[in-house]
Amino acid sequence: MKKRLFAIGITVCMVFLLAFASGCGKGSEKVVNVYNWGEYIDESVLKLFEKRTGIHVNYNTFETNESMYAALKNGGSNYDVIFPSDYMISRMIAENMLQPIDYQNIPNASKINLKDFNVQSALSYDPDGAYSVPYAWGTVGIIYNTKTVKNPVTSWGGLFDASNKGQILMFNNARDGIGIALKYLGYSLNTINKEEIKKATDLLIDQKQKGLVQAYVMDQIFEKMIGGEAAIGPYYAGDALTMIQENPDLAFCYPKEGTNLFVDAMCIPKNADNKENAGAFINFMCDPEIMVMNAKATGYAVPSRAAYELLDPEEQNSKLIYPDASVLKNCEIYKNLPQDVNAFYDSEWSRLTMAKSGS
Amino acid sequence: MKKRGLAIPYIIWMAIFVVSPLIIVIIYAFTNETGQFSLEHFQGMGLYSGVFGTSFFLAFVATAFCLLIGYPLAYVLSRESPNVRKISLILIMLPMWMNFLLRTYAWMSILESNGFLNRFLVFIGLPPLHIINTEAAVVIGMIYNFLPFMVLPIYSVIIKIDHKVIEAAQDLGANSIVVFRRIIFPLSLPGVLSGITMVFIPSVSTFVISKLLGGGMTLLLGDLIETQFLGNTYNPHLGSAISLVMMAIVMICMAVMHRFGEGEEEAVLL
Repeated sequence: MKKRLFAIGITVCMVFLLAFASGCGKGSEKVVNVYNWGEYIDESVLKLFEKRTGIHVNYNTFETNESMYAALKNGGSNYDVIFPSDYMISRMIAENMLQPIDYQNIPNASKINLKDFNVQSALSYDPDGAYSVPYAWGTVGIIYNTKTVKNPVTSWGGLFDASNKGQILMFNNARDGIGIALKYLGYSLNTINKEEIKKATDLLIDQKQKGLVQAYVMDQIFEKMIGGEAAIGPYYAGDALTMIQENPDLAFCYPKEGTNLFVDAMCIPKNADNKENAGAFINFMCDPEIMVMNAKATGYAVPSRAAYELLDPEEQNSKLIYPDASVLKNCEIYKNLPQDVNAFYDSEWSRLTMAKSGS
Repeated sequence: MKKRGLAIPYIIWMAIFVVSPLIIVIIYAFTNETGQFSLEHFQGMGLYSGVFGTSFFLAFVATAFCLLIGYPLAYVLSRESPNVRKISLILIMLPMWMNFLLRTYAWMSILESNGFLNRFLVFIGLPPLHIINTEAAVVIGMIYNFLPFMVLPIYSVIIKIDHKVIEAAQDLGANSIVVFRRIIFPLSLPGVLSGITMVFIPSVSTFVISKLLGGGMTLLLGDLIETQFLGNTYNPHLGSAISLVMMAIVMICMAVMHRFGEGEEEAVLL
């Protein structure tokens, strides 16, 4: 709880600082405008970068890929480095919103290689890395409270188990939420068959009407799981580790049906003003020591063998952060869906949110 | 002429930040993805009638509670000594100095099944309540956050009622109930009307409260509009159309209420 409040406080301060900085920072000073996920960096890294390069960082954060996309699509915002996820990268490439990366400026990029971690399939969003340099990767699994969940959890079925009634948390967005039901039913996360998406939504509506679901959440899962308010829910492995550290009753599992694998990468938007500074920033972020600092702060996996070697042994051996090849083999990465399927996702999700919850 | 010049900054402000966004919303609402005039987004609105119903109903309940709590509070305050009034007003406004999100997060901790409220109830031997993630929690969040907007306008109107009018009524033999019913209440109606407006409108369009306290179980208009912009599909056209319909309904509600309010004022005065 404290951590969350602190994070919100920091964000508020950052916004003010940013408004202030952008107001008076205009001049001949070198700047780079960075747009990253909230709580997805070790803040001291930014200070280090400023000290070493003399380039001032205007740092801003977003909550979801979609809000980042909307901010860029609307125009008005002007960023030099952004951190979208896999499917969003392919969407932005398709819509001509990114510019190719000039690797001449980024020698450290040679140290990045997802193949070292058996997740090469993930790179399908940008096969040659022409537009993106991986920053971190991770997986989604189930976090649950070993004290309150009676049946062993090995499958997404744990989230539909009547013995966990009223204690289940679910994702509060269409793609992730319906994705869980799709996986549980044995379909692909990237299906464009509307019948399958509809069946998955029906399953979620049934789950809600039976009163199994306590709440649909994103970030709020931290308080609810750590405080013992809820017993089971899906979340990102890196954050699950943070929760387990705060409440040792919690445990994590990779569902046997397979799950979602994601890669967040650094990209340069088409309209970036400071292309060279953006290259310097990306290069700095690819430095193995910096990668390790960030990985320690966020809990996510590094995409670089050189950085991996610098981690503590218990971090290297964490099956939660670096799952076995057998788990990864089962993972699927989100692909960018056709617009009509995206719209169908949204209307199906509205159908779920409008359904009355049973008790 | 000179006095009019003073309003220019405000007019410029309104033109940039209120009128032009509104025009953009209208343009988006009546066009489709290819930029052509289209009503398609309004035709699909029926799908969301349930969301409109829930949002307006919850906002109505929250406004009613705010009035029930806020009016007596404003009335009692206006009769207190200046020092008590000053301190009370500061206390009423104090929470507004804190970030809205933080306050709502705090309510999450209060209302949760293992939260402060239930721990207290169990401690004094009462059964725990299930409030979090229900519509009741959403309404509580609205009342808490918007109550000052009800109290302050009513208070500022009551405090300005001319005491001579009340004394005159008393001289003519009116007891305190009659004085309230026929003098104070009718004269305070403008404050009540602006209080209702200031509570109802943010309640109807809120989205953070339903997400945090309602646990995403009930979809409100604010959430629905947010989804159009930040959801899976980026659809500002549908989002604008929903916003426009919402604004139209709110305006109709307000117009009807003010009509009704004016009528009442005159009727009582007669």
